Amino acid sequence: MHGIPISYFLILSAILFSLGVIGVIIRRNVIIVFMSIELMLNAVNLTFVAFSNHLNNIEGQIFVFLVMVVAAAEVAVGLGLIVAMFRLRETVHLDDIRLLKW
Amino acid sequence: MDAQWINLIITVVKIVVVVFIFMLPLVMLMTLMERRISAFLQDRLGPNRVGPMGILQPIADGLKAFFKEDIFPVNVDRFLYLMAPAIILFPALITVAIVPFGDQMSTYIGGHLVNLRFQIADLNIGILYFVSFASLGVYGLVVGGYASNNKYSMLGGLRSSAQMISYEIPMGLAIVAVVMRAQSLSLNDIVLSQATTWNFLYEPIGFIIFVVASFAETNRLPFDLPEAEQELVGGYHTEYSSMKFSAFFIAEYSNMIVSSMLITTLFLGGWQVPFGIMEALNLPVIWEQLIQILAFLIKTGIFLFIYLWVRWTLPRFRYDQLMNLGWKSMLPLGLFNILLVAVQMKF
Amino acid sequence: MLQNILFFVFAILAVAGAVMVISFRNPVYCALSLVLTLFSLAGEYVLLLAHFIAIVHIAVYAGAIVVLFLFVIMLLNIRREERAPGSIKYMVYLGVPLGLVLLYELVSIGFREFTDVYVKATDIGTVEKIGQALFSKYVLPFEITSILLLVAMLGAIYLSKQKLEIVSK
Repeated sequence: MHGIPISYFLILSAILFSLGVIGVIIRRNVIIVFMSIELMLNAVNLTFVAFSNHLNNIEGQIFVFLVMVVAAAEVAVGLGLIVAMFRLRETVHLDDIRLLKW
Repeated sequence: MDAQWINLIITVVKIVVVVFIFMLPLVMLMTLMERRISAFLQDRLGPNRVGPMGILQPIADGLKAFFKEDIFPVNVDRFLYLMAPAIILFPALITVAIVPFGDQMSTYIGGHLVNLRFQIADLNIGILYFVSFASLGVYGLVVGGYASNNKYSMLGGLRSSAQMISYEIPMGLAIVAVVMRAQSLSLNDIVLSQATTWNFLYEPIGFIIFVVASFAETNRLPFDLPEAEQELVGGYHTEYSSMKFSAFFIAEYSNMIVSSMLITTLFLGGWQVPFGIMEALNLPVIWEQLIQILAFLIKTGIFLFIYLWVRWTLPRFRYDQLMNLGWKSMLPLGLFNILLVAVQMKF
Repeated sequence: MLQNILFFVFAILAVAGAVMVISFRNPVYCALSLVLTLFSLAGEYVLLLAHFIAIVHIAVYAGAIVVLFLFVIMLLNIRREERAPGSIKYMVYLGVPLGLVLLYELVSIGFREFTDVYVKATDIGTVEKIGQALFSKYVLPFEITSILLLVAMLGAIYLSKQKLEIVSK
């Protein structure tokens, strides 16, 4: 009756992180790129919590708490930026948002 | 049998009893009570023909809903249109897992001495579970409004979700004050901390804030602009018919029931009987437990009656009045309540 | 045994949700797949006995951040993404192999190290322990996050405000 090896969590986190990286590279819709970034942040959170359990240290979970707060703040400001950009350019396709000034 | 299996079986039995034998029949009873009580408030009788005092009316309604034509509009987003009633039922039914119906007792079941709690799960994070899953109630509305491919549904869904998000904050602040007194997030500890005075006397402002926020969270009048018939044709459930429509209403009544149970647990002392009656009558344990469960159910019933009473008494809030109330009145009041409770606890 | 089964159920759901996030054309479907991934991750946190983090994860991510995404998608009325003709197919052919190379590098560490240490029973995931740590040793980051949230709120409000035209009367 052993339990779950910690390496399983690390492998899952690695898979989610690379899927997030692939999402940022291949998707051209800025909101979906943002969602892929959130996926990467979540993968890192999983690694932190796995190590927090392994090392029996609470600092991992405190850091996850702070990462969540920063992610929330980042999403709020990022979506504000996207809304402002949409009002100006009428598009969310990243290839069309290339020039600084029209 | 192993003690672990006994605990698993007890938990499964608790889930089946609470959800299928308690919640769903209570939802059916609530549909009937809504119509009877609103009728009495309006000086008429309401449905009383099907069965004694109309008890079998919900069954008749259910049969009618089954036989109605299940309309499937052409341009809707098929998958989301079908999933929206399920998404909205999920948080409504799952939040009942933390509610303590009664105290715990040690009995012998299957040859093992088990500590039987009348609560499906006594989580360490208790009331936070309700806060998280209540904030998931937004999804059913937003997805239902979006999937219907209809202006009114979309607007109703967005307005309703904005309202629910806005009132989560005063609800959270009222809960913080309760947790401050109980020194723990576990609902059992919150009930036990009210042994001296119940919370609605100790922090009345918090009580009022939580009740008002519960009305807003469950989309009941006076906060039901999102589904107001006169304004938005029906809001986010305009395009739904028969059983999917019934699913939205089962979810609303389940939310109402869970909110009443939580108001009772957080502010009215949960399963405790007032005035020290239980110590006076020295009954065997099983009778004590049953009387405490009965006390809990009576208090929940009082709040369900208040929900129905308020619906047919007060007029509806306009949308901007609603948002102003949430952000500009309830939020500062919630913070002031926390300050007050902190001062009360210090002295 | 039950924990191993639960781990694989949640892991498969999380990876399926992540693949759906990066492959659906409709942004609303992507957002809902993200919710599936976040829920599965919350289940994983519970398996790691980090109860507080699991429930705060659901409250913050699934309950607020993805709702914000959905609001913006619906308010801006973002439709299905159409690919412009002759544009960026090469990005897919370039990006996916590079991502898989990254995956191989990260996973190879996981397969080599930490393979014989298991999830331990511990109580540092409870609310009491996190509360004690947050308010004694890490109170400064905690207070700074409150200022960070205030700044983010101001930024979001200012950025998405419509510039009002002042009409001279």
